[in-house]
Amino acid sequence: MAAATHQRVEARSVGPDSESSIISGLSRRDFLKICGSTAALLGIGQAAVPRIAEALEKAAAKRPSVIWLNFASDTGCTEALIKANYPNIAQLILETLSLDYNETVMAAAGTQAEEILKEALKRGDYFLLIEGAIPIKKGYGMIARREMLEIGKEFAAKAKAVIAVGSCATWGGVPAGAPNPAGLKGVREALGVQCINLDLCPVNEAVLVATIVDLLLTNRIPALDSVGRPKIFYGQTIHDQCERRAHFEAGRFVERFGSQEEELGYCLYKLGCKGPMAYANCSKFRYNDRVSWCIGAGAPCIGCAEPGWVDKFAGFYERLPGVKIPGIEGVEAGADKIGMVAGAATAVGIIAHAIGTKVSGRFNGKPPPKETAKTPEERG
Amino acid sequence: MTRIVIDPITRIEGHLAIEVEVDGGKVKDAWTSGTLFRGFEIVLKGRDPRDAYHITQRICGVCPTSHAHAASLCLEDAVGIHPPDMGRLVRNMVEGAQFLHSHILWFYHLAALDFVDVVAALKAQPKEQSLKEVQARLKKFVDSGQLGPFANAYWGHPAYKLPPDLNLLAVAHYLEALDKQAHASHISAIFGGRMPMTMTTPAGGSVHIPTVDDMANLRPRLMEIRDWVENVYIPDVLAVAPYYLDYAGVGKGPANFLAWGVFDDPSFDSKKRLLPSGIVIGGSLKAEEINEKAVTEDVTHGWYKDGKAAHPSVGVTEPDYSEWNPEKKYSWAKAPRYDERPMEVGALARMVVAYAKGHPTAQKLIDQTLAKLGVAGKPAVLFSVVGRIAARALETKLIADAMVEWSDAMLENLKNGKKETFTQYRLPERAQGVGLWEAPRGALGHWNQIENARLANYQVITPTCWNISPRDGKGVRGTIEQALIGTPVADPKRPLEILRVAHSFDPCLACTVHVIDPQSNEVYKVRVS
Repeated sequence: MAAATHQRVEARSVGPDSESSIISGLSRRDFLKICGSTAALLGIGQAAVPRIAEALEKAAAKRPSVIWLNFASDTGCTEALIKANYPNIAQLILETLSLDYNETVMAAAGTQAEEILKEALKRGDYFLLIEGAIPIKKGYGMIARREMLEIGKEFAAKAKAVIAVGSCATWGGVPAGAPNPAGLKGVREALGVQCINLDLCPVNEAVLVATIVDLLLTNRIPALDSVGRPKIFYGQTIHDQCERRAHFEAGRFVERFGSQEEELGYCLYKLGCKGPMAYANCSKFRYNDRVSWCIGAGAPCIGCAEPGWVDKFAGFYERLPGVKIPGIEGVEAGADKIGMVAGAATAVGIIAHAIGTKVSGRFNGKPPPKETAKTPEERG
Repeated sequence: MTRIVIDPITRIEGHLAIEVEVDGGKVKDAWTSGTLFRGFEIVLKGRDPRDAYHITQRICGVCPTSHAHAASLCLEDAVGIHPPDMGRLVRNMVEGAQFLHSHILWFYHLAALDFVDVVAALKAQPKEQSLKEVQARLKKFVDSGQLGPFANAYWGHPAYKLPPDLNLLAVAHYLEALDKQAHASHISAIFGGRMPMTMTTPAGGSVHIPTVDDMANLRPRLMEIRDWVENVYIPDVLAVAPYYLDYAGVGKGPANFLAWGVFDDPSFDSKKRLLPSGIVIGGSLKAEEINEKAVTEDVTHGWYKDGKAAHPSVGVTEPDYSEWNPEKKYSWAKAPRYDERPMEVGALARMVVAYAKGHPTAQKLIDQTLAKLGVAGKPAVLFSVVGRIAARALETKLIADAMVEWSDAMLENLKNGKKETFTQYRLPERAQGVGLWEAPRGALGHWNQIENARLANYQVITPTCWNISPRDGKGVRGTIEQALIGTPVADPKRPLEILRVAHSFDPCLACTVHVIDPQSNEVYKVRVS
């Protein structure tokens, strides 16, 4: 029986030595392809491919240690991680990183698992990735009968860098929605550390992998916006990059789910789409090896990229208040109003974003300046 | 009347603790404990009933679409509608792909390392070029000295029984399966926008309207996975099982099985689902119809204020944390009971219920498998660790085959212009609903109560809540607690066997096992990853 399945193992192309890459079982050509995809993800152009290859090869010599702690989460971001491509999860764990601790995939258990953590703490040479929010109430979140809060503080203190993976880790996420029964907080607030915030629920696997590779490449924290998100991925609204944007401008909307307008791919704004106020590159990276994404599949954006989600955008099928809808003739008329006239309750953040939208230069025929996501502080 | 949350553990699927007492090399007593509380039902109160579709998906990132669909069914029940046929098919497809993803991931990446000695695979002497390459890749990895997720495990434990060649084959398929589980999720994403956290199937049906392009995108992916399940996954189970047949006698539990049923046919009758609803009591192999009203939850040993065991629609629950005390309260999980009995849920429960109901495909698959394992005519061996492993594999095939039929039906609908996916509805001012469905790891129930067109209450009983239930008010142990009793433990410092039993229920991620050795009174901490 076993023999019958042998040939089912996909042959991996391993060429002669000169052709092979640092990643065994992967040809140099395929390896460079991965580097090229990574460059594309990072938006840094193909000229950077040799630099990426060098960084990955350097990493392969002594793979950087990653400690992934899972707190008050649903493991959706680990689920996202294992769907990664370029490099995929096997390449990530075998050849790119040393994923020393992740309770979902690790083989070790118990005492043996705790030894790994102690060891890492002693070395202090790891990148710390945190999935899930942190319960502040005593007894509401424990691992091995220790408070998650205590574990988080201990490990964040010695990490080379901390990444908060997904909406729960950044600001608490869905379970921190009112009345926040478990007293959940995001990494920055609970642990009092600076970290890279990768909002979205779940994190986009390509954003996560590109951020990790970026850290390995530069050994520096990338440029972040005012809420800690890498500008390169979170610099523009979903609305601004939406494949259905032209329909918005032309005043063509889906009024009912399952309608002909839906089939034609019209704008979902009237059915509750939060794209005008959510900053993320979902339409560019899409999800699951770029198979699809929310709006692409016909669903209104629920705004999961934003701090304060879920309460900020609760009422997912309710129209975002205060956005002026372009009429049939009103091409471009309403676009710059978005945010400017938006709900007063969240006015500060939204207006700041709106200025960002304007600065991005879709108006007056001026070319966009280099920075598309100025923080409120930067804008002064 | 206030109804509040029940089960925190299953919402987060991550932090489960197990404590067992070992005597004479066997488990004598066991306690399972959920150690994280998030309180989703409390968060849901007062919200737009439609939002439950998105919010409850965040209870579990491994089976979000099951929560999505239980939530949709719950609101549809309150409103009194069903989706059009194409909407039904989209849901089945999104859900089916999640089952494929989840079962493949469970077998190869969560459970297999309890049976496969990765390091021993280096001793294999493969002839096939492809396996030589995998071995070389593994060797390079091991030689690097950085074992990452494979570090510090129980490698070399005497309970590992596979020959080196089979260990290597399993490692090769572990890597292959990493691709397959991702590819299965691509199918959920084609129709659902992304996976995890699909977006398109709220109450009413599907907001995604399938296209011919979808079908072209779907077909090769689906056929690839179906082929792989048939030619790799199932043969792997059959190849490994003979080395662990003693585990056909370990991990039995109460042998009470419960299934709400999953994958609707055009009648939307849960008894006619692809995997039908029903119960089987005490390993009788006689199926009975299920009565949702017979479900109660008990908080005697949960960290909640005491109250009478009650049906989820009228239960009162207030979190009240105290120290871990097995005599009193020791878990964030409540104890769900059906007719006062603890129940097992999951793939084995679904397959046993289907088998007992005379489901032809389930009977054929199970009988063939029993014959291949040399235990023809003895379905009772399924009430075990081996049974749960086999049931998941067979169910994966059954679902993959059904997905091909659904894809044919979708194409037929497209040809005939039957493209309606969504039933319009108006939110009721006042209503109650129930959504009963299955996640890959078992029966899932949502209950809502709507007042002033808002959620006055929301209640969820997740699959793992059934399986990891603590004792109830009568002192009756929960399902996994019962299943653990009698499990052999060769080395209390490395209790691999306990992980096998716990993992066989697919309770998901990290739990913590504390083994107490009465002789030395020493406590060993073991985290089940």
